[in-house]
Amino acid sequence: MTAVLQAGRPAAVRARTTERASGSRLATLILLVPAIVACGLLFVYPLVRIVVVSVTEPSLGLDNYLSLFTDGYTLRVLLRTLLVALGVAVLDLIMAYPFALAMTVCGPRTRAILFTIVLIPFWTSALAKNFGWMILFQRNGLVDRFLSGTFGIDYPLLGTTPAVLIAMTQVLLPFAVLPLYARLDQIDRRLLDAAQGLGATRLRAFRQIYLPLSMPGVVASGVLVFILSLGFYVTPALLGSPQQTLIAQLIMARVEQVLDFAGANAIGIFLLIVTMAMLLLSRQVSERAARRQARPPGGGGPGAAAGLPKGAMP
Amino acid sequence: MRTRPFLGVVVWLVAGFLTIPTLFLIPMSLSGGTTFQFPPDTWSLRWYENLVQASEWRDAVFVSLQVAAFATPLAVVIGTCAAFGLVRLGKRLRALGTAAFSAPLIVPNILIALALYGTFLRLGLSGTLLGLVLGQTALAVPFVLIAVLARLQGYDRSLTTAGLSLGATPATVFRTVTFPLILPGIVAGGVFAFVASFDELVIALLLQGPGNVTLPVQMFNAVVEAADPTISAASTVLVVVVSAVVLLVQFGWMNRKRQGAGGKA
Repeated sequence: MTAVLQAGRPAAVRARTTERASGSRLATLILLVPAIVACGLLFVYPLVRIVVVSVTEPSLGLDNYLSLFTDGYTLRVLLRTLLVALGVAVLDLIMAYPFALAMTVCGPRTRAILFTIVLIPFWTSALAKNFGWMILFQRNGLVDRFLSGTFGIDYPLLGTTPAVLIAMTQVLLPFAVLPLYARLDQIDRRLLDAAQGLGATRLRAFRQIYLPLSMPGVVASGVLVFILSLGFYVTPALLGSPQQTLIAQLIMARVEQVLDFAGANAIGIFLLIVTMAMLLLSRQVSERAARRQARPPGGGGPGAAAGLPKGAMP
Repeated sequence: MRTRPFLGVVVWLVAGFLTIPTLFLIPMSLSGGTTFQFPPDTWSLRWYENLVQASEWRDAVFVSLQVAAFATPLAVVIGTCAAFGLVRLGKRLRALGTAAFSAPLIVPNILIALALYGTFLRLGLSGTLLGLVLGQTALAVPFVLIAVLARLQGYDRSLTTAGLSLGATPATVFRTVTFPLILPGIVAGGVFAFVASFDELVIALLLQGPGNVTLPVQMFNAVVEAADPTISAASTVLVVVVSAVVLLVQFGWMNRKRQGAGGKA
């Protein structure tokens, strides 16, 4: 078998070492070519084209971008989108933290059940989940009747921003739980015992040891959910309304109803810039947090336990 | 959790929030009426019948399966090859390549959809099956790449060296050692790619054409345009299938673990 292969490649006999080096470089290139082609044709070129169209149509210049800031409407939509995304991220973190924490301290059976509870909605069709909320929130639906019947509040949720917020929070919750769990599971819980052994209360041990160690996971989950909700279309389209539109709806409406490609492209690029800015910001925040953790002598990570203040001693 | 009653309560509240809203789909799908009224006045299986018999729903399921069936292998091959190529590069080039190939994960989906729509319109690919397949592939490649790359980075290269030094050809080593060890990553990435492309709405919405309406688009239109209760039957079927698969995997995994532990004792 080896002989056959080598006979088929007489070149390999001539200059084996250099040949192998360049051969393996060629192999690397061949392996990467499909991805480069796909990325170029299906991602880079279309995106570049969007930028070009947004500054050349209908006329050369930044008119499409300027009108975003001057039409008095797009900025409001963007602000609403940012607020909803922020709300979703915060609500998801508040719910995901105790859930992920419980997953790390419970028994294997409960953990399997909790995992299943997260994974089923994670894999379930987004349309199915949003449609479920639509049934609940509709006029004369269960929530509407409950609110007006029990509290006398006449506020049909369907078509409002709170409805979008609640549903998006549920749809994206698995995306907050899973990365957070991955981080919390790595924290050495003996550090908490050590802190309590040194006289710290349970709350204090949690606040000064566990919470800082979990911060990278909190930031990662929060940013993921925030970014996913910035460009989310299904939930606002089904549960929101054209009067309280979010940015993804605005883009779709420009394309489908007004056929204003250049305008839609400009909003899209604007959204991308905001997303990138948020990513950079979050990276800085988490890097600063990591540096703060690494400050006590003995290095970061578990060594942070050495940073227990003197007051913790009995 | 027994020592933390408060945490227990919070966890089950969150679990309820995650699962209960979706459960209302089941009684809704058994409605006998033609509206989304809940709870329904009468009960029937008519929307399941419609899901199977109405041509627009049957076609939508078929188109979605077709798109996923083409896009998934395409994404698996491209993503797996790229992962194998990337680990052969130096550290900096690898980081750069990984970032470039997984960029579609960071860019909002709506923008990718918009960009593909513009380009495909010009190329005459809008409204075609090929356009849908290529669009879903673009979204799915990063999932495969990341899953396979994670697996490859945990791969011990001395295994390859050992195989080669024992006289196996590189092809044999790949087939009998490397590939079986990387396979879980490829499968995980493939499953992710399949589900993502089966469930994707925005690209499919923009690229739809006559005869090329995917199931998510059909479901979307059923709510926004037609008020067609068949969507509740379609949703229920999707939820049941997903739940069954997840439960099967979870329980299968637990049983295997228990058997493994029993074998050791």
